Amino acid sequence: MKFTVKVWRQKNAKAKGKFETYRVEGISPDTSFLEMLDILNNQLIHEGKEPFAFDHDCREGICGMCSLYINGRPHGPDDEITTCQLHCRKFKDGDTITVEPWRSAAFPVVKDLVVNRHAFDEILQAGGFISTTGIAPDANIIPIRKQDADESMDASACIGCGACVATCKNGSAMLFVAARVSALAKLPQGRPEAAKRAKAMVAKMDELGFGACSNTGACEAECPKHISIAHIARLNREFLLANLQD
Amino acid sequence: MVNFLCSSIGKKLIMSLSGLFLVVFLLLHLALNLTALLSESAYNAVCAFMNENILIQIMVPVLAGGFIVHILFSMFVEFKNWTGRPRDMRYAVANKSKATSWASKNMFVLGVIVILFLFLHLFHFWSKMQLASWLGAEEANPYQLVVKTFSCPCVCVLYIVWFAAIYYHVSHGFWSAFQTLGLSNSKWLPRLQFLAKLYAIVVFWGFTLVPVCFYLRNCCGCCGASSCGL
Repeated sequence: MKFTVKVWRQKNAKAKGKFETYRVEGISPDTSFLEMLDILNNQLIHEGKEPFAFDHDCREGICGMCSLYINGRPHGPDDEITTCQLHCRKFKDGDTITVEPWRSAAFPVVKDLVVNRHAFDEILQAGGFISTTGIAPDANIIPIRKQDADESMDASACIGCGACVATCKNGSAMLFVAARVSALAKLPQGRPEAAKRAKAMVAKMDELGFGACSNTGACEAECPKHISIAHIARLNREFLLANLQD
Repeated sequence: MVNFLCSSIGKKLIMSLSGLFLVVFLLLHLALNLTALLSESAYNAVCAFMNENILIQIMVPVLAGGFIVHILFSMFVEFKNWTGRPRDMRYAVANKSKATSWASKNMFVLGVIVILFLFLHLFHFWSKMQLASWLGAEEANPYQLVVKTFSCPCVCVLYIVWFAAIYYHVSHGFWSAFQTLGLSNSKWLPRLQFLAKLYAIVVFWGFTLVPVCFYLRNCCGCCGASSCGL
């Protein structure tokens, strides 16, 4: 297969970026998208040009490191997968593929296609945890309703890739925060700090420049783990109840 | 409380509560409008009741307040949202996903259209009925005012465009308000979305029925005046 790849090139956070167009040929349909970018970068190195930077790590769809806004969709044209699980067979031979970084005020571009997603870490540090004192008891000692455990597990599937922010018209992080709040709120271990957690994480999210939720559902549609916006309703509920307790 | 109202969720909560208040108002207004299709005396009697009842007189400024709060808080939320992805950070290729509704992405624009037409509506009816009565001026015959206003096809089309904007606005706003209030979950989300669609359809066709019926009656020569109310 052969492709024309338009890649966003930007030297650093302050520099003005622009698209550069490259041609890549002889790609097997079973090549992963990131491997195709590796081949293209290798080609650039051989031509004496600077390769472009992009994030990746496990390449198994579980670490949340890969990003990329491909042809108008975070993680590319397929549903419920990360960029690293995308293969070239999902494109047509001769296609022009436009690759952009995540675009959000809270995710500044570091270089080319790499963005700084530290804002997510800051939100987690604000309250996305359970404080324990002494020795943690055996998890199976506390009975948990199956439905609650399942909902918590579904929310825990969030890998923090930022596709929700990337696709939201407001650059909102509500699905990410909702998933983290929901995962802990549905478990008895998470209840003692539930009110404090919801307030702290929402306050940090607002402070870091993410937009509000318009309930478009774009985040759920593009989430590689298909996390439901029903968790956003729970976050709203937790936040409201936390403020009523004051 | 100040912290709560300054938060993104707090502002959206106020927007949702005021929005649901307006949703209830729309149904009452629709019921009132439909009496015009029954008879002139029924419609005029209902309008007289609206002008005289003390509770309604109290509710008029409350309703205006509901509109103002809804508009103000939607502006606060929208302007903050614009900073979430500034103009210079827009994508070169727009997301063409069909998973999101057009209305959900254009609520602010739809809201602006609804407000603009609202002023025209207030000029057409409220200023000549309730406001005129408050100012001690001669009040128009409500039924004849409807007949006269909807005798013009341009006005009818403008009103139907307005109702279409309301349809799209409430088809998303209705369930979105419940979602923001936390009154939703994976089971209730599709039910609320269905109810929102149903409510929007009832409101659109209910309101559209009045100008269409009056225009057609006028064309058939059942009613009197024919004059463009623009």
